[in-house]
Amino acid sequence: MASRQFATFEVADQLFGVEVDTVQEVLSYNEYTPVPLAPPAVGGLFNLRGQVIAAVDLRVQLGLARQALQGPVMNVILRGDGEPVSLLVDRIGEVVDLDDDAFEPPPDTLSGPTRELVVGTFKLDGRLMLALDANQAVDTYRATT
Amino acid sequence: MEDLGEIVGEFLMESHENLDQIDRDLVALEQEPGSRDLISRIFRAIHTIKGTSGFLAFSRLETLAHAGESLLSRLRDGVQPVTPTTITTLLATIDGVRNLLEAIEQNNSEEGVDVDAIIAAVHAQMNAPADAAPAAPAAPAAETPEPIAEVPAREAPDPVEGQRRPLGEMLVESGAAEPSDVGSALQAQLEGDERKLGTILLEEGKAQPAAVSEALQAQTPKRSVADSAIRVDVDLLDTLMNMVGELVLARNQLVRGVMETGDSGLVRSAQRLGMITSELQEGIMKTRMQPIEHIWSKLPRVIRDLSQSLGKKVELVMEGKETELDRSLLEAVKDPLTHLVRNAVDHGIEDVERRVAAGKSPEGTLTLRAYHEGGHVAVEVADDGAGMDVDRIAAKAVEKGLLRAEQIPGMDKREIMAMVFQPGFSTAAKVTNVSGRGVGMDVVKTNIERIGGAVSVDSTLGEGTVWRLNIPLTLAIVQALTVDCGDQRYVIPQVAVLELVYIDGTSTKIEYASGAPVYRLRGKLLPLVRLDRALGFEVGGDQGVYIMVLQADGRRFGLVVDRVLNTEEVVVKALNSRLKDIGLYSGATILGDGKVGLILDVSSLARRSHLAADADRENTIGMSRATGGGGTGERLLITAVGERRVAIPLDTVTRLEEFPRNRIEQAGSREVVQYRGQILPLMRLSHVLGAYSEAEEGDTVSVVVYSEGGRSVALVVDRIVDIAENSTTARRDVEEDGLVGTAVIQQRVTELLDVRRAILAADPNFYREMSDEMLVEA
Repeated sequence: MASRQFATFEVADQLFGVEVDTVQEVLSYNEYTPVPLAPPAVGGLFNLRGQVIAAVDLRVQLGLARQALQGPVMNVILRGDGEPVSLLVDRIGEVVDLDDDAFEPPPDTLSGPTRELVVGTFKLDGRLMLALDANQAVDTYRATT
Repeated sequence: MEDLGEIVGEFLMESHENLDQIDRDLVALEQEPGSRDLISRIFRAIHTIKGTSGFLAFSRLETLAHAGESLLSRLRDGVQPVTPTTITTLLATIDGVRNLLEAIEQNNSEEGVDVDAIIAAVHAQMNAPADAAPAAPAAPAAETPEPIAEVPAREAPDPVEGQRRPLGEMLVESGAAEPSDVGSALQAQLEGDERKLGTILLEEGKAQPAAVSEALQAQTPKRSVADSAIRVDVDLLDTLMNMVGELVLARNQLVRGVMETGDSGLVRSAQRLGMITSELQEGIMKTRMQPIEHIWSKLPRVIRDLSQSLGKKVELVMEGKETELDRSLLEAVKDPLTHLVRNAVDHGIEDVERRVAAGKSPEGTLTLRAYHEGGHVAVEVADDGAGMDVDRIAAKAVEKGLLRAEQIPGMDKREIMAMVFQPGFSTAAKVTNVSGRGVGMDVVKTNIERIGGAVSVDSTLGEGTVWRLNIPLTLAIVQALTVDCGDQRYVIPQVAVLELVYIDGTSTKIEYASGAPVYRLRGKLLPLVRLDRALGFEVGGDQGVYIMVLQADGRRFGLVVDRVLNTEEVVVKALNSRLKDIGLYSGATILGDGKVGLILDVSSLARRSHLAADADRENTIGMSRATGGGGTGERLLITAVGERRVAIPLDTVTRLEEFPRNRIEQAGSREVVQYRGQILPLMRLSHVLGAYSEAEEGDTVSVVVYSEGGRSVALVVDRIVDIAENSTTARRDVEEDGLVGTAVIQQRVTELLDVRRAILAADPNFYREMSDEMLVEA
């Protein structure tokens, strides 16, 4: 049976996941340079070993208030299309192996900004994980346009 | 199949290079029609293309190249003379080949490119009446083109030519060594002797050193063609360049940290690391450098075609074609330069009758000049044509609403001439298909400014025009000022900054013209943009802030920031594509503390802030001043500071003095000395430059007195060494405040001091107070 690996993380107590091979690395970082006049979902820029990475605030993408960005914040750095982009999340979960039969399309009751980012629901033991569309999740113009 | 693709790719690349060479050779051939060398070279190049295209089964290409080759062979054999018409036909053939190559590159086939017309034209040339070829009366007038099959019989270029010949063979041939000795030496090599053949022969006494070295020398020139250069993937170079950029950053951070510890051993190591890093950076930068000849080489053709269609005669002179530029910059400069050249031929140089009437030689001269100047490369396009009529430009600018008539008297000649760079401005009386559509000069300006360069024009009516491009040496590392706004730090490219003014709210202050902030800069109103407002922050106060006088898109404006920190070299990082659309930032960089800093895009800042297009248009008078000295041929005062030699432009020096050490007094934290009834602040260059000064001994100190705007400062050096002419080219290597670069003067590496910046680094208030005084005077 086909199974896929997901890297999981939490935002506002909801468990999300992206496919492992879209993730470059996970790290926590302290200092972010804000970008004035950027779309609200852009949390800031940071220096990843000399590379300038834009951090996208997943809370804003989900229609929530911005992260405070004080103290260390966890980043899930996605490979992106030629340039890495980071997703700011609350907590990092584990990497899980999921069979395709645990998958279901997003429930009809899910609406709002979250619905556009989510490709499906995985039923885990005791909780649900929403699988994110990595490209949609970092598209900062989505929420504003 | 994959392999074939690679072969085709190589063929394309090689052919493009060949074609460029053919273009140049053809234009040169027109100048000296008798040159058999040129004809043979063109012939060989076309022959190669024909051969390979036949092998790769590109039949149209082969037919076309064959036609060109046939015509060339008639030229070579003297059956037909070289005329402008034949050259035109041959150039058209080359264009046809180029089009076919492009089609092959894009679609992997020759479909869609029609070359029949060109082939017919070539044949028509060859079938031209015999009287066109007086030199060869015997030639059949209507010789039909030879069928392809017969041609390969013509001797192909010797394939061995250009390869190195074995040393042994050469020695035997010249009788310097016995075949048997060479044979045994070769055998020894085969058996694992790692010495070179020449070495073996020499060490065993089988050949004379002179003969071997002669043979080696005969070998060398051949090698320089075949082996001394390798092709390197540009991506690899870019990666190396990025890594070196990182290294520079890490070095900067390390040096900063080490300086704080004050451990002199560590400081020395850090300084060595710094030097090695700089050398490495320079080396890597060099690998990306290409001579400007690369883009110039296309211009003779452009000029020839254009001058011919316009019925003008133009001679092209190229000076400094070996001047090197970063290849990405070269790419960016290509189009603007071509435009300037076309413009000069079209509008600058007059036609023959008008030139003769004006008492000039019928042939116009277009000079392309490239040279290094103070960390920049200057590229000039100069013609000896009609020049620009300042009054006409002024009238036109008023007519187009770019200037108000009452502004004209207050503007100088160059300011008015700079109007041609405004969008929608064109003085051409008639619109030609070459230029004069009112697009162009503004695009030239925009493109050059995009890469951090500047354009200017100077012209004398009746004598000619000089267009000048000032281009930075490299894109990746720029000199920049860091500023604070709110609690954030931003980076502004130094090239845009003209001067800094400190606003204390009393003697210097921001005023409001119906709500719009302005500042009186030497009596003229300077429109102001508040960075905090532009970035959407809370707007701060008007006191205790700095105004950066910036220049972009021909507009001058003041940017109000909270604090100006320092100048440093920053490595420009591309901004995430998501943030490019904001338009306010031209890139990002890693600051000394490891945080990311945004680099502000000055021209979009001006646009965004709705600086009215007709707001005070002033031009850059102080510009060249602000960028500092370091040009060639200027006289320099060489001083010793510790172990370093530091050169100061002599024209900035007022006096050289020796002060008794006991006359140095303390005023606050600063050292001063009484001098001609004034209090003269002392500044130790060793502190500014972070150099070790020689131990304090002797009763006097040597100082260089520098004055500007009625204020003076004394620069303390260890010794005055000499006065020298800086004839070498300044080499950009700025890693510290206050230096323009280094140069080799009198066989010693000498650092060139940027006096203004050095003073600014030690005393940020020096110029601020001065501009206050100037304001009072105004």
